[in-house]
Amino acid sequence: MKILVCISNVPDTTSKINFTEDDTKFDTNGVQFVINPNDEFGLTRAMWFKEKQGAAVHVATVGDASVEPTIRKALAIGADEGIRVNAEPKDGFFVARQLAEIVKNGGYDVVIAGRESIDYNGGMVPGIMASLLDVNFVNTCIGLEIEGTEATAVREIDGGKEKINTTLPLIIGGQKGLVEESDLRIPNMRGIMMARKKALNVVDPVDAPIPTADKKFERPAPKGPVKLVDAGNVGELVSLLHNEAKAL
Amino acid sequence: MSVLVYTETDNGKFKKNAFEVASYAKNVADQMGVSVTAIAINAENTDALGTYGVSKILNVSSNQLATFNAKAYASAIAQAAEAEGSKVVIISSSADSKYLGGILAAKLNAGYVPNVVAAPESASPFMVKRTAFSNKGFAHTEIDSEIKIVGVSNNAFGVVENATSASSETFAPTIGDADFGVKSVEVDKVVGKATIADADIVVSAGRGLKGPENWGMVEELADVLGAATACSKPVSDLGWRPHSEHVGQTGKPVASNLYIAIGISGAIQHLAGVSASKTKVVINNDPEAPFFKAADYGIVGDAFEVVPELIEKLKEFRAQNA
Repeated sequence: MKILVCISNVPDTTSKINFTEDDTKFDTNGVQFVINPNDEFGLTRAMWFKEKQGAAVHVATVGDASVEPTIRKALAIGADEGIRVNAEPKDGFFVARQLAEIVKNGGYDVVIAGRESIDYNGGMVPGIMASLLDVNFVNTCIGLEIEGTEATAVREIDGGKEKINTTLPLIIGGQKGLVEESDLRIPNMRGIMMARKKALNVVDPVDAPIPTADKKFERPAPKGPVKLVDAGNVGELVSLLHNEAKAL
Repeated sequence: MSVLVYTETDNGKFKKNAFEVASYAKNVADQMGVSVTAIAINAENTDALGTYGVSKILNVSSNQLATFNAKAYASAIAQAAEAEGSKVVIISSSADSKYLGGILAAKLNAGYVPNVVAAPESASPFMVKRTAFSNKGFAHTEIDSEIKIVGVSNNAFGVVENATSASSETFAPTIGDADFGVKSVEVDKVVGKATIADADIVVSAGRGLKGPENWGMVEELADVLGAATACSKPVSDLGWRPHSEHVGQTGKPVASNLYIAIGISGAIQHLAGVSASKTKVVINNDPEAPFFKAADYGIVGDAFEVVPELIEKLKEFRAQNA
């Protein structure tokens, strides 16, 4: 079984979000980049398939050379090989088109991406890839088992979950639940050393449309201070929620 | 040339977000000088859509589509868009719509922007405002493909009445076996209770409640408010509450009108997932809890005293305003 894990290089959750160049660009100054959390759950599940079922695990991302430390981290966690499409990931459609090309040429049985990246939150890459490649696709996936060419998946739905049967080749939009937070791995020294020797192939992008463009960013308006209600006067909260916030 | 809107149903009844996306579609159609066509799949009664500005309803009635299937549903919507010559397609931000959004974008070769929080700033160029960076920012995004897909955030645009006389016709898309490579075997879903995705009000509690045995008052508060219950990540990691209740960056996103956080300190990952809610209330005995900086209203106090008192006051309020 050959698995491709698609990873996105995103600002760490605790990053301050600022914009630069007249609010047209995200300000990366002082920002720590990490593997997108939703992708990391998928990568960790892929490691399970490698260890228990002998799967080969490759990781791919679209970005310039600055994303390579994030790919190396995935290799240090245990992925066998890295691929970087040398292009700026401008739009979800564009990125999906690039990754679909990797999948097509690499003959992967399973592709695991995250349900969305925590920076641009588009959540469309796995679905577009699946449709372009005409293969099965399960989104918001919180459980995945594979036997031969059969797969059983669990999908999180609004208000519950859904059990799914499907077959390979398969694309997954993964999230927490594929593995638990406590299963996530921190690369050890041996992994980091080995990762340096693993292949990281850089490929050129294919021509693809970029149908959307972020023209301008803004930060949320500063919030006023919290209005505190005395613990002995809870009725006041009900009245504020009704009369002022119109929330009741 | 109409604007096409996918109005979702659950068990034959329109979801609340169906009326919100229809209202949004009407705004877009007015800006473009066209009308709104809705596609409804296995809806029992589509009369309500006219109230929100829909002029024409494509009624799909199909046993094959009895259970949601992203590829088959996307195929039906794509065929409706082609039949109508629609250049703009509006969908919601439900788990199902987000699932089919990417597939639909590929089928229609369309630029797709989800998490949109306001009516388009202009129709030409087509520019929308959406959340980004997990609610820590907004982007003004232009879509320049011939066909455009907009995913509207819950509770952002709101429901706007716009009485229109709507005609309804049967629409029979071609759905093939190839659309069912993914088979739903079993759906395990809360019934008769508000879900985090749809609820106007979400009541959420954290480790401050000390143990799962203390959730009775959280559920009672939710009952009084007709709210969904949610929890913080540590609470779901500890197994006090099911994973499906975990809200935050790696859990479910919340965009309710009112979010009440009880005994939740307000870690940055939690706030990222809930900050799209309109009004936020925090009840915590620690005045230094970060949530107080993100909340609109707060009570510094012991949840075990404040929450029962709040339930009583809400019951009185409900009795007076019934």
